[in-house]
Amino acid sequence: MSWTQVSYLYDGSLAGFLTCVFEAYTHREEPADFTPFHQACASFYAQRSIETDQAKAQRVYRSLEGKLGKTGKDWLLRGFLTCLPDRELWLWRFLRLGYQRGPGFTRDLTNPAVCQIHKAVLALNSEAHQFTGFVRFSQLEGVLVGTITPKNRVLPLLRLHFCSRLPQEQFLLYDKAHREALVHTPGKWAILPMEDFQMGQADQEELAYRKMWRSFYHTISIEGRYNPRCRMTHMPKRYWGDMTEFAPPEQEALEE
Amino acid sequence: MELLQKLEILADAAKYDAACTSSGLSRSGRPGTIGSTTAGGCCHSFSADGRCISLLKVLMTNVCVYDCQYCVNRRSNDLPRAAFTPRELCELTMGFYRRNYIEGLFLSSAVLRDPDYTTERMIQCLRLLREEYRFGGYIHAKAIPGADPILTRQLGLLADRLSVNIELPSAQSLALLAPDKKKQAILAPMKQIRDGITVSKQELKVYRHAPRFAPAGQSTQMIVGATGESDRQILALTQGLYRTYRLKRVFYSAYMPVSNSPLLPAPQGFQPPLLREHRLYQADWLLRFYHFQAEEILDENQPNLDPRLDPKCGWALRHLEHFPVEVNRADYETLLRVPGIGVKSARRILAARRFGPLNFQGLKQLGVVLKRAQYFITCSGRMERGLRVNPDGLLRHLVALEAPNLAQPEPEQLSLFSTGGAS
Ligand code: SF4
Repeated sequence: MSWTQVSYLYDGSLAGFLTCVFEAYTHREEPADFTPFHQACASFYAQRSIETDQAKAQRVYRSLEGKLGKTGKDWLLRGFLTCLPDRELWLWRFLRLGYQRGPGFTRDLTNPAVCQIHKAVLALNSEAHQFTGFVRFSQLEGVLVGTITPKNRVLPLLRLHFCSRLPQEQFLLYDKAHREALVHTPGKWAILPMEDFQMGQADQEELAYRKMWRSFYHTISIEGRYNPRCRMTHMPKRYWGDMTEFAPPEQEALEE
Repeated sequence: MELLQKLEILADAAKYDAACTSSGLSRSGRPGTIGSTTAGGCCHSFSADGRCISLLKVLMTNVCVYDCQYCVNRRSNDLPRAAFTPRELCELTMGFYRRNYIEGLFLSSAVLRDPDYTTERMIQCLRLLREEYRFGGYIHAKAIPGADPILTRQLGLLADRLSVNIELPSAQSLALLAPDKKKQAILAPMKQIRDGITVSKQELKVYRHAPRFAPAGQSTQMIVGATGESDRQILALTQGLYRTYRLKRVFYSAYMPVSNSPLLPAPQGFQPPLLREHRLYQADWLLRFYHFQAEEILDENQPNLDPRLDPKCGWALRHLEHFPVEVNRADYETLLRVPGIGVKSARRILAARRFGPLNFQGLKQLGVVLKRAQYFITCSGRMERGLRVNPDGLLRHLVALEAPNLAQPEPEQLSLFSTGGAS
């Protein structure tokens, strides 16, 4: 007997999504779509609001490794951070497939659900990797601050990298696209929603470093090998807006 | 002189060095220090020439007592000269590193006074960086040929990667263009570094805190197109270097016309051989990851790579007797030799075909470049519909496929291979 098709409204969090999964299995419902509360609109299917329930979410979460295998679990959790269109629906299909087939199903890359999630996760991983290089901090009053505008939610993936690399530093990395920030002080970190963030004024030293970096950036290029197309392939323009080397030169503050 | 000015002079003097990778070592950050390294390396930016910027690449000084003809920093060249103090360079490195501009430092130097003195200054700088600034990021240092082995040893205990430039693809060219450098003076430190790495690895197995000597390995580079060696000679040399000195990487650098010396190509109208450099990197890739031998890629009848084709396609065209390959049965090695199938897609094919026979659509999903591969494979005995091409036609098809990439300024070493990250 086929499951009833239902449209789920939920809070958009991972725990919320896992609660939906729990509900779908207990009520034998086939989610037709998932919509965060704040984007709710009329649906063709019966709508059901799912309140996030930590206990239910935990039960699903704990089942993941056994049912989907290490890789399957990893892809599911990372998949949730991607910008894949209809992301939750694909994750649901992926998860159901894993529940039916068990660990190892992730090797079946020609299956549509596996293929979609795999591609989306690869794109997320590669974007996160690029940002480990392309992030630019400014040192403002002793704190390193930077902004990024990623397609996927990369902060959870960048967290370990930067916290491990800069254990003694205070830093704040703001994701303008998803309005959240990774904040760190020695020994502690958090990823917090943040509606808005404005970078402060740079002092002399900061300005001097920016200038030296821009100068190094231009000097290191070999004129006879000029190849803007190749640069664009490796570092598409969408990254440039947050990078020091492409910011217009600043007026240095006048000496007193 | 202002720091900014020094930076400009000493980065300009270092820019012809091809290697800027930060790979080969994974070391996580530790409390009380700053910095970490990742095995795959990391590009922090790309310059207008399309090359990866990973490290702060500078010379300690560009004042040189030698007069190598192919080098901008040669004694006889009229050029502004500068030198960093160790303290200045440390401050600069840390300032850049904390702002995430760079992955670490690439420190080279012209020969100031003599090789020993030069190396001592580099050691001073690196020691300060590691011990006082507690820097745990990536350091690539150039060993200076002719320096006392004790100094080279100290350098390798501070740096993650060491390199000695082989400079030119043959001893004759070296004797002609770099009369101050002897082949032996270059090979001796290479050998010392190789042995140092081996011993260090063994010690680390026994004792976790044993000193680490160049843990990210050794590399080298050579200038291509300044002298007359064929690609075949270059690849044979490369293969020898990988085997004999267990190098991590060999870099090729297309000669840029920086000199009027009659021993070198005249700068007027000289086009740096960028496409040739690109093909050499592709062939190098075949040696390192595709289980090819240099002798298979080129032989006496064909001493140079075909500029129109990537070397794997070139090999396949000369060995049509190996094709077509049945993707549902072929082993890993055989799959690797199919144009359009890479290391990753070959692995994916092995994994995915356990779930049932693969078809062309499925291969596409696995990342196989069908446009190229279709001529060389069958899926369950079938070739892609309507594809029956003779060898001549095949060559034309494959050349046409590459042509759009070559119409523009030529692609750089990384463009075909890198899927993010320095190699
Ligand atoms: S020793 Fe090095 S810096 Fe000096 S001229 Fe020769 S290649 Fe250039």
